Amino acid sequence: MPVVLETIALVKQFHGIVASDNVSLQIEKGARHALIGPNGAGKTTLINLLTGVSRPTSGSILLDGEDITDLSTYKRVRLGIVRTFQINQLFSDLTPLETIGLAVSERRGQGLDWWRIVGSRPDLVAEVVEILERFHLTDVIDQRTAVLPYGKQRLLEIAVAIACRPRVLLLDEPAAGVPEDERHEILAAVAALPSDVSVLLIEHDMDIVFSFADRISVLVNGALFVEGTPEEVAHDVRVKAVYLGEELVDA
Amino acid sequence: MTPSPVAVRTATEWLAARARWHPLEFVFWIAAFAAIYLLPDRHLILTEIAWLGLFALSLDLILGYAGIISLGHAAFFGFGAYTAALLAKHEIINEPVLALLVSACAAMALGFLTSFLVLRGSDLTRLMVTLGVALVLRELANRYGWLTGGADGLQGVSVKPVLGMFRFDMFGHTGYTYCLTVLFILFLIARRLVNSPFGLSLLSVKGNPLRSSAIGISVDARLIAIYTVAAGYAGIAGALLAQTTAFASLEVFSFDRSADLLLVLIIGGAGYLYGGLIGAIIFKFMQDYLSALTPQYWPFWIGLVLVVIVLVGRDRITSWTAPIRHFAARLNWRALARRIVASTERL
Amino acid sequence: MLTILVDGIAYGMLLFVLACGLAVTLGLMNFVNLAHGSFAMAGGYITVVLVNRFGVPFFASLPIAFLASAAIGFVFERTLYVHVYRKSHLDQVLFTIGLIFMSVAAVDYVMGSSQVFVGVPDYLQGKFDVFGIGIGRYRLLIIVICGLLTLALQLILTSTRFGSRLRAAVDDSRVARGLGINVNWIFALTFAFGSGLAGLGGALGAEILGLDPTFPLKFMIYFLIVVAVGGTSSITGPFLASLLLGISDVASKYYVPTLGAFVIYTIMIVVLIWRPQGLFSRTASR
Repeated sequence: MPVVLETIALVKQFHGIVASDNVSLQIEKGARHALIGPNGAGKTTLINLLTGVSRPTSGSILLDGEDITDLSTYKRVRLGIVRTFQINQLFSDLTPLETIGLAVSERRGQGLDWWRIVGSRPDLVAEVVEILERFHLTDVIDQRTAVLPYGKQRLLEIAVAIACRPRVLLLDEPAAGVPEDERHEILAAVAALPSDVSVLLIEHDMDIVFSFADRISVLVNGALFVEGTPEEVAHDVRVKAVYLGEELVDA
Repeated sequence: MTPSPVAVRTATEWLAARARWHPLEFVFWIAAFAAIYLLPDRHLILTEIAWLGLFALSLDLILGYAGIISLGHAAFFGFGAYTAALLAKHEIINEPVLALLVSACAAMALGFLTSFLVLRGSDLTRLMVTLGVALVLRELANRYGWLTGGADGLQGVSVKPVLGMFRFDMFGHTGYTYCLTVLFILFLIARRLVNSPFGLSLLSVKGNPLRSSAIGISVDARLIAIYTVAAGYAGIAGALLAQTTAFASLEVFSFDRSADLLLVLIIGGAGYLYGGLIGAIIFKFMQDYLSALTPQYWPFWIGLVLVVIVLVGRDRITSWTAPIRHFAARLNWRALARRIVASTERL
Repeated sequence: MLTILVDGIAYGMLLFVLACGLAVTLGLMNFVNLAHGSFAMAGGYITVVLVNRFGVPFFASLPIAFLASAAIGFVFERTLYVHVYRKSHLDQVLFTIGLIFMSVAAVDYVMGSSQVFVGVPDYLQGKFDVFGIGIGRYRLLIIVICGLLTLALQLILTSTRFGSRLRAAVDDSRVARGLGINVNWIFALTFAFGSGLAGLGGALGAEILGLDPTFPLKFMIYFLIVVAVGGTSSITGPFLASLLLGISDVASKYYVPTLGAFVIYTIMIVVLIWRPQGLFSRTASR
């Protein structure tokens, strides 16, 4: 499978702390690629670098072979690199309808339309509602995001990313902080992602990782430690040592 | 997967209701226009309320909708005022509406040039930079007294009749009608703008700029756009002041003007477009009343009002008007109108 | 030219004493206190009243101005400011603008709107002759007093327990609280101290800067420039910024009088664009 997004010797240094250490990562088209590692390994930093929220100290990032290292975040989104945030970043005063509506209208290039009333395009509304239904958000369609239960907010976080019709989707711990009984909705949404979308998933929950991923990269102290299929990684002695002897998978 | 028709209908209806004209809005504008005929002896103060309301509306666009705190919005107001006054004085453009458009363009140009200053930095940086721009303009106006009239102000300005037909009089009759019409047109445009996808993107930028850029919005471009538009609106307000008073002086750039403007908007409430207009009404009548009581020291009471508003809490104050709005929304307006029409027919 | 340099240094150090309270308040409590100049004005007027009307010796009136302004600051902090800490920056701006308006009008009412002068003792008037250059005695006094104050401040901050607690609270007030440091008390004391310094600066500066009820408004922008350019994470930042501002203001008024304050504002805007967190600060502003 061709490589869609890759980093070449990516380094990020903050005042003497090396957050990303010579990371060369390839994400293939249609990948279900998981990124795991202990806390503080630099996983979110890597996502920030991939999306343009941070600029690398050195190294480059290529999308379909094109160098995008100097592109700003919003331009990368328009090229199809979309992410979710580990801690919900939503618009607390907007409703899910408005939030998804905004994402869809921006994607359609109607963001600068200052004359048309929001909601007057039936096809746009239909697409928005379809996304909301897919993520089980229609019952809270008109409530302010700030008052939504955490699980719904998390679903909205993923729904917003999907509404941007990503080519590469970077999910930063989508199930983090979600209570046990609401997790299945998140997992179902993640599993139902279109097969041509390339997904990089950061997760700590190993059940999710191993049921989802066909390729796993392990990040430790900012550097790529081990890479391979789930079976290879699960049985790798060094990985087990890094996770302090945790049993990753039933043998 | 096709969406369920019920959900689509709910969504469409909710979005339409979001932008629909509230009955109280009709009441407001009908009253404003009726005042042309019903309150002729108050036209002077109403003219001031009209351009002050427009000025506050322009601040609402950047503060209430885009979250930019500005202590120097008077920069654009003053720029528009001097442009209009100079156009009239030197008879470069003799028709006021045309001069108004030119002043708007001038103010928008200034807004565009200075918009880059408010993109970066914290709230404090923005405060300082906007304040600095206004002060710089004031200094420039002071230095170039041969053009601006310096500290004495620009004398000898005579404004020709609006559209060649409506002469400005000293009772403010033409002035009020002129200012109100301009305000109404600009208000309609602003109303469309804030209810558009662009307006929604502004709210998102205000609420969470990180998230906005993460869905593909160029935060800088949107802020530059609204800052420019708001500068244009402020410039028109300044031009209206200059045209209705046939005068312009340094204090159009003063910090006092920017500070008073913040108060006007805060009294009415930011973020729903009417706050500036309502605030202008309350502020002007308050100023009128207090100046009559204590001509020299009324800023003390204005300051006290500001302090009290902040201590009580702006949210709590807007929640006091909530019952009125709920009541108005629940009234059966059609039935009421029918009854009024029926009772007048009986007369 | 040396005279201008001395004038500029005096002006700059005076600005520092006036503005450092604002820098610490902003850095410590993330609170934009635009009304800082009002405390300076208070100190100035107190000195004027004491010296002119009650014949108190000039040097005796300075500590009184400091203490009185500090006391006023303490009272205001505990009764009013404390309610506004958690509010948005917009609310803080509105609140302090309101205080400025009230203080300006109140002083106007009580003291009249014309400029007032302090009866500076004779031996402080006139110039010293140093290598054929005249250096104003009063300005020399200001440099000495403000220099000593700056050193004292630096000592307090670096060598005392209070200083280290203050620095901890500025760095991260939540962690400081967690360490058992009484952050509220530090806020109150620091605010009082900063207001006291402002009052002292107002007393010293009345002669050079001109004191009238519009003082807080006229000088607000200068204090803000010092804080914005110098940053809020150290003493040296605002100190250097004040000197820079003082010297360039005096120099530009002398060499290019037609442009005057325009130069200062433009420098400020340029600096803020180039480095939004200030020229001298270590970290980005919050």
